[in-house]
Amino acid sequence: MTAATLPTNMPRTLSGSMQRDRRRALVWSYVFLIVFVIFFLTPPVYMLITSLKTSAEISAASTPWWVFAPTLANYAEILTSPAYLTFFRNSALVSLLVVSITMLVSIPAAFALSRMRFWGSATLATGVFLTYLIPDTLLFIPLFKIFAFLHDWTGIEFINHWWVLVIIYPTLTVPFCTWIMIGYFSSIPKELDEAALIDGASYLQLLTRIFIPVALPGIIAATIFAFTVSWAQFLYPMAFTTSTDQLVLPVGIVTTLIKGDVFNWGQIMTGALLGAAPPLIIYAFLMDYYIAGLTAGATKG
Amino acid sequence: MTDRTAPSSRVPIARRKNSLRLWWRRKSTIAFAMTLPLLLIVVALVLYPSLYAFYLATLNKSMERFVGLGNFAFLFKRETFWMVVRQSIVFALSAVIFKALIGLIVAHLVHNVPAKGQRKWRGMLLIPWVIPPAMSTLAWLWLFDPSYSAFNWLLERAGGSAVPWLGDPYWARFAVILVNVWFGAPFFMIMYLAALKSVPEQLYEAASIDGANAWQKLWFITLPMMHNIIAITVLFSLIVTFANFDIVRVLTNGGPVDQTHVFATWAFRIGIESNDIPLGACVSLFMFPILALAAIFILRDVNQRTTEG
Repeated sequence: MTAATLPTNMPRTLSGSMQRDRRRALVWSYVFLIVFVIFFLTPPVYMLITSLKTSAEISAASTPWWVFAPTLANYAEILTSPAYLTFFRNSALVSLLVVSITMLVSIPAAFALSRMRFWGSATLATGVFLTYLIPDTLLFIPLFKIFAFLHDWTGIEFINHWWVLVIIYPTLTVPFCTWIMIGYFSSIPKELDEAALIDGASYLQLLTRIFIPVALPGIIAATIFAFTVSWAQFLYPMAFTTSTDQLVLPVGIVTTLIKGDVFNWGQIMTGALLGAAPPLIIYAFLMDYYIAGLTAGATKG
Repeated sequence: MTDRTAPSSRVPIARRKNSLRLWWRRKSTIAFAMTLPLLLIVVALVLYPSLYAFYLATLNKSMERFVGLGNFAFLFKRETFWMVVRQSIVFALSAVIFKALIGLIVAHLVHNVPAKGQRKWRGMLLIPWVIPPAMSTLAWLWLFDPSYSAFNWLLERAGGSAVPWLGDPYWARFAVILVNVWFGAPFFMIMYLAALKSVPEQLYEAASIDGANAWQKLWFITLPMMHNIIAITVLFSLIVTFANFDIVRVLTNGGPVDQTHVFATWAFRIGIESNDIPLGACVSLFMFPILALAAIFILRDVNQRTTEG
């Protein structure tokens, strides 16, 4: 931007040297950017390379960084393996249910906290944000005990069922989604809801007819956040599920594809890459919303 | 919720008949009902368990007897515990420092290139953050493989010798930090890039006219303007890194000989795998001090904002 404005209001000689400096800075920026892109993309690219190899080629002495005989055999095997498909189904079910619950809980809550001020609502908004900071690694042991206790009390077995994750995951998604929705709702001008209330709209209509449509970008960002968090969560399924048919993808790949000392790396990499695909696809198509959700937490707060 | 909206649509009549106070009370009742699910989740699944953890930490292994601070006394006598403390602190501090540094550098690089290409670079550079860490750590595990390590292949071709990435305690510590930096730096990059965009261009133009060089611009304009966002991202990242589980668990599982355990993985090993829930709860409680510190900072910030506004 400055490069365009400088030559017009600067002496010719100075602008020449500054442009040279700028060009040199630009070249160096590209060089270092390429270095960092290589660092950041090596693992995923290496996953892809390995996933296209046969076991023979993986253990051969040829360069690990290139595929000489590409094959889709690993993909065919993974996508027909009943265990992997079960993991995928469990992951999809858990994530979709958690996203729905999160939205049903956090949109009304954010609406109430941002617009319908009531006793303690400001404190509650801060409190919600603070609970977002309590990490899963602090909660999994007491939660494990609580579910064991609930089993003794009600007779319902919670541990080792995939749906227990649907109960737990909202603790990861709801506080943050509520927080960013509060930010989006607060940015809607107050005149809009005053006008609607004067026209006789109820609060429910105000929410569904005005707030949700206007704050749709924020809702999409929060949905993406909730989905990626539930898709990637590793600790809770690791602690709460053990049977192969109850596992979700991350745990399934880590625990079942690695058997003893024999690592079938071609399949592990294929499974991991396919497991990473849904968030990557969402990111590829909805990058701006994804980034908006990431930055909203800190900048809107 | 539907049975509460019915009277609310008759609110104008109620307001005419009764006082304004009743209307206000009804409004706050609806508002409270709308936040109730959120409250239930937060209280039942976050606040109650975190307090319950304190109680659990005071029981003996079979959870029948109250032992007070006995579990803590037991931990303090174990050498592994102090190793975990040291490793958690080294891991979190060095990872966060490098994430912040790399994030800042890469954000500047992206900010330097023409606006047209920035989207493309940003898109590529954020990919490590998008891949679920358990999956990407598997790729690292394979890159570090003792017999087929692709890094060692490159090192040997370059005339170096193979590195025991995950076999040697020091290299293993380096490896978990490296993977954590790789995963977390893009997040810093995105945050700092957003902050860089919000610094007014006129400040740099004015500084150029005054003859400031690039370092002076960074030190006297960019960093002071980004001060808030740097503080909050470092704080967040410190909490998340301190509580990290996925990367260490997949990459080394604490090994070799417990040298790379952090609080979370060690608590998992003790609490879930060895079935000593009270001792595991005890270990995980050591993540509390950093949390409390963060809470104090954030509350102070919120208070400042409310007194300013």
